[in-house]
Amino acid sequence: MIAVENVYFTYPIGIEALKGVSLTIEDGEFIAIMGQNGAGKTTLIKHFNGLLKPTRGDILVDGVNTKKTSVAKLAQTVGFVFQNPDTQLFCETVEDEVAFALKNFGFKKATIEKRIVWALNLLGLTEYRKTSPFMLSGGERKRVALASVLAWNPKVVVLDEPTIGQDYQQKEKLRQFIIQLNTQGKTVVIVTHDVEFVADCNPRVILMSEGKIVGDDVGKKIFADFNLLTQASIVPPQITKVFMELRDFGFPPDVVDLYEAREILQRRLNKT
Amino acid sequence: MAPHKDERRTLAAIEANDLTYTYPNATKHAIQNVSLKIKKGEFVILTGPSGCGKTTLCRCFNGLIPHFYQGKLEGEIQIVGLNVVDKPIHELAIHVGLVFQNPENQLFALSVEKDVAFGLENLGVPRDEMLKQVNWALETAGISDLRERTPHELSGGQQQRVAIASIIAMRPEIMVLDEPTSFLDPVGAQKIFTVIRELNETLGITVILVEHRLDLAARYTNHVIVMDKGQVVLDGAPRAVLSSEKARLLGVGIPKATRLYQVLSEETDLQAAEVPVTTEGIVNILRKRLTP
Repeated sequence: MIAVENVYFTYPIGIEALKGVSLTIEDGEFIAIMGQNGAGKTTLIKHFNGLLKPTRGDILVDGVNTKKTSVAKLAQTVGFVFQNPDTQLFCETVEDEVAFALKNFGFKKATIEKRIVWALNLLGLTEYRKTSPFMLSGGERKRVALASVLAWNPKVVVLDEPTIGQDYQQKEKLRQFIIQLNTQGKTVVIVTHDVEFVADCNPRVILMSEGKIVGDDVGKKIFADFNLLTQASIVPPQITKVFMELRDFGFPPDVVDLYEAREILQRRLNKT
Repeated sequence: MAPHKDERRTLAAIEANDLTYTYPNATKHAIQNVSLKIKKGEFVILTGPSGCGKTTLCRCFNGLIPHFYQGKLEGEIQIVGLNVVDKPIHELAIHVGLVFQNPENQLFALSVEKDVAFGLENLGVPRDEMLKQVNWALETAGISDLRERTPHELSGGQQQRVAIASIIAMRPEIMVLDEPTSFLDPVGAQKIFTVIRELNETLGITVILVEHRLDLAARYTNHVIVMDKGQVVLDGAPRAVLSSEKARLLGVGIPKATRLYQVLSEETDLQAAEVPVTTEGIVNILRKRLTP
């Protein structure tokens, strides 16, 4: 469990990025944090593995205060995948990249090998095992960064903008994969601007604006709240937008899923 | 400078014939037998699965390939009538502005203002004119308040705006933008797309936008090119490309508005003359059909 207790954070240059954030993330939850650029999303999640420590307030990861432990220790519980893979990758081959943390955590050689094969296969990277990460495309590098974190099997996975540079098929794989992780009991936290991705996943959505949490509900409810979305610079998913525009025909406003939309519209079209 | 209106309908901005390229030490082609023609003043979306060669093709548009990356380039590519292989990057840069996928690879100066002014300084633009252009670019990209900040201290989204400002300041004839809004929130992304479209319409700048998020971008384009495994596999008007079976099978991110129309037209009597690519499009079709 991650408990965020009235956290304030000010960067050394004087910008106050978090202004009193309180939040509880239970084990096994799937959460999407959304909001405009500069809302404090990335600042918040960098607190979960202790990369940043609150200026005021506390973060407790499984009851341990992040101020009283090291990032190295927290990282075994909370795996963090950065927004920009280039700030994370540095090894000469994809294989070394995935092996790096495993070696540091002291896994046995045979286990490391097994984990590498598993992680690369999972993310469709097996053919690039011996390739330099810097020869890969932006989207592929993003997947290498993800593979290198998943390989050590952290209990909580935090992903900053995981869909950037990913095509539709990769996104669909990522979605199934997140849901699989989640079903296995892992806590998944993503930060994303990708409303269509969130609409497809329908997780608990935390909306942030100007360093504060302004909304906390299932995606379906958040996306139907037009005023809230505007405040957080979020555009509703296309399906929700269609239903909002057609609300004078008596359709429900909180539809996010394509197939639910089809059912509702099909019924109406076949009647009239 | 932007070409005269009559001229831009006839001249090709970019023309590639049978273009094949292999990076140094690579075993397979990054792009293969690519032929395409982009007319002056077009707003083109270039899309396709990650790793399909989009970024590589963009690097051919301003001569980074072959001049910087080396490797083996076969076939022909011309930019506003100039042969890319024969012209140095600095000459091509006058015509083609490239906004990189990762803004950190593009920004290097100690202030936003200096980064935006850099290209103009190199072109030898007079000081007064330069200041005017920089002001305009900062304002257009919505970052006038970041002027004195250091680019490397900014957020990913802010950096993307700086990268865009530094390219539009030069008012190139062709702008190539490689996922320029990937770090921006949806409202911010739409603002940038609107700015790009305005530049396209008012100054006649040819735009090539590499993008996966077609739900956000489809409304701005009149020409969609889809690549897969290094080749161009679909090339045409957005409605035709996005509603094709091939695009769906390739995993191109078909806008939900288009998908909704498709699933409804398969199972109900809903029919329209044109397949919608935006929410407004599908809403109008449904509204018309449902209004008694």
